Amino acid sequence: MRTCKEVSRLISQAQDEKLGFADRVALRLHLSICKSCVSFRKQLDFLREAARRFPGPGEDGKS
Amino acid sequence: MVAPDSLQAELEQQRSYLLRYAMLQLRNQTAAEDAVQETLLAAIEGGHRFASQSSLGTWLVGILKHKIIDHLRRQAREPLLGAGEDDEDDLERMFDATGHFSAAPQTWASPEASFEQKKFFEAFEQCVKGLPAKTARAFILREMHGLETAEICKELGISTSNCWVLLYRARTALRLCLEKCWFTAGQKA
Repeated sequence: MRTCKEVSRLISQAQDEKLGFADRVALRLHLSICKSCVSFRKQLDFLREAARRFPGPGEDGKS
Repeated sequence: MVAPDSLQAELEQQRSYLLRYAMLQLRNQTAAEDAVQETLLAAIEGGHRFASQSSLGTWLVGILKHKIIDHLRRQAREPLLGAGEDDEDDLERMFDATGHFSAAPQTWASPEASFEQKKFFEAFEQCVKGLPAKTARAFILREMHGLETAEICKELGISTSNCWVLLYRARTALRLCLEKCWFTAGQKA
């Protein structure tokens, strides 16, 4: 059983590469029972979106 | 079509906005000012191509990104200050001895509400500035320039697994920072 620490690395890696089959299965299993890691993943999704929108609302008030 | 005079004035208004973006990535005042100057010049020359459906800021940032990549490639020979690259402390503290989160990650409220606020992006900017130089650069190349990890490895001269580690460190540091500086500082979205 993978720890949250190990899974957090997988969650990050999944943002950059397609995970191998074993990792993908382990990740999905873990996320199905771990709210913390689900929150963590949502936070990383949020970060991605924030970076994409940086610098955000400009001088003209538009993004 | 916009008259040359007012375009120039509008472009000048965007200068400080562009400087913030450039400073985040280049971490060097001179380089940032150069990149922004090149961007404004390119914009004046190509002004007739400006499509009015996107905002001026967005269009300019698009040009600026290319100028920044050019600068980064020129800087490639200079070693990035590595101080703090191995700062594992915060990361280690994130998990306890059994590999569980020491503090459960919060549920961050509706992202849209944060993204509408200038102050959020200022907090985000501060958090990115707090990252070690190489870590920040990896994150920015990945998330703002959309480079694949293979390309980032090449730009930074590191291995693929090192790249993943850097990105992991960047993300975990940033989420910790935002939890402290934005989501619990009374700025809940």
